[in-house]
Amino acid sequence: MNEYLIALIGGVLIWLAAVLLLAFLGRIAGISGIVWGAVTTPASSAWRWLFLVGLLVGAWFYHAISGVSFPVPSGLPWWQAAIAGILVGFGVKLGSGCTSGHGVCGIGRLSMRSLIATLTFMATGIITVFVLRHIF
Amino acid sequence: MNKLIPLLAGLLFGVGLAMSGMTDTAKVLGFLDLFGNWDPTLAFVMGGAVATTLIGFRLVLRQSKPVCESEFQLPKNNKLDKPLLIGAAIFGIGWGVYGYCPGPGLAALVYLDGKTLVFVVALLIGMLLAHQTSQKEWIK
Repeated sequence: MNEYLIALIGGVLIWLAAVLLLAFLGRIAGISGIVWGAVTTPASSAWRWLFLVGLLVGAWFYHAISGVSFPVPSGLPWWQAAIAGILVGFGVKLGSGCTSGHGVCGIGRLSMRSLIATLTFMATGIITVFVLRHIF
Repeated sequence: MNKLIPLLAGLLFGVGLAMSGMTDTAKVLGFLDLFGNWDPTLAFVMGGAVATTLIGFRLVLRQSKPVCESEFQLPKNNKLDKPLLIGAAIFGIGWGVYGYCPGPGLAALVYLDGKTLVFVVALLIGMLLAHQTSQKEWIK
């Protein structure tokens, strides 16, 4: 199947997940918010943990069913993963959302905050890759 | 329903991420490499998800309440403030450094690469640091 079509279907599945969560539980499918809630208020976070379990199982399930092999592990060093993790965690918590919460759900409900946040992290992501790949 | 729906939503989300290539750091970095050998595939993921969400959310939010709960829990803050802009900028830098945003990073744990675990633990530490920072005066 065409690569773009597969990506598009993947996007639609993410949409379906977001709409289900909003329609039934009234919740926004923002991964960073779900993770923070799951860790800091575990007692009232059954739905968050179930969602996260589903997220992992779903990723595994896709490869198991489709026969598409796992992506090649990143060749970048572990310390780069550590630095990236701290920056991502810090940024999404301070900025109240990530690609899913701001990028998909926020823009989906026409939030100006989310639109600006998405443009900002897309821009700094692109600049960072440019600097790391084409300057150093 | 209260248990089935979040599990199902998570499953769909996980399948969607893996299927679209968001859990492949090389693909994500190729997408962010706008000025190099740009790989536009992930624009279709975002485009597909955003376009359908625009319509889907509108229909859902027309209801007076969600099916299983008494009210919709939507973010109330609509100010373009310092934490939003600084946070989003820092998040984007981290995204570009390794190629994972939070969802794909978590989902990719099932590939059993040790560096993904490093990323996820660091992500939690970063969140904790931001939580402490957000209490400080200068950022408010």
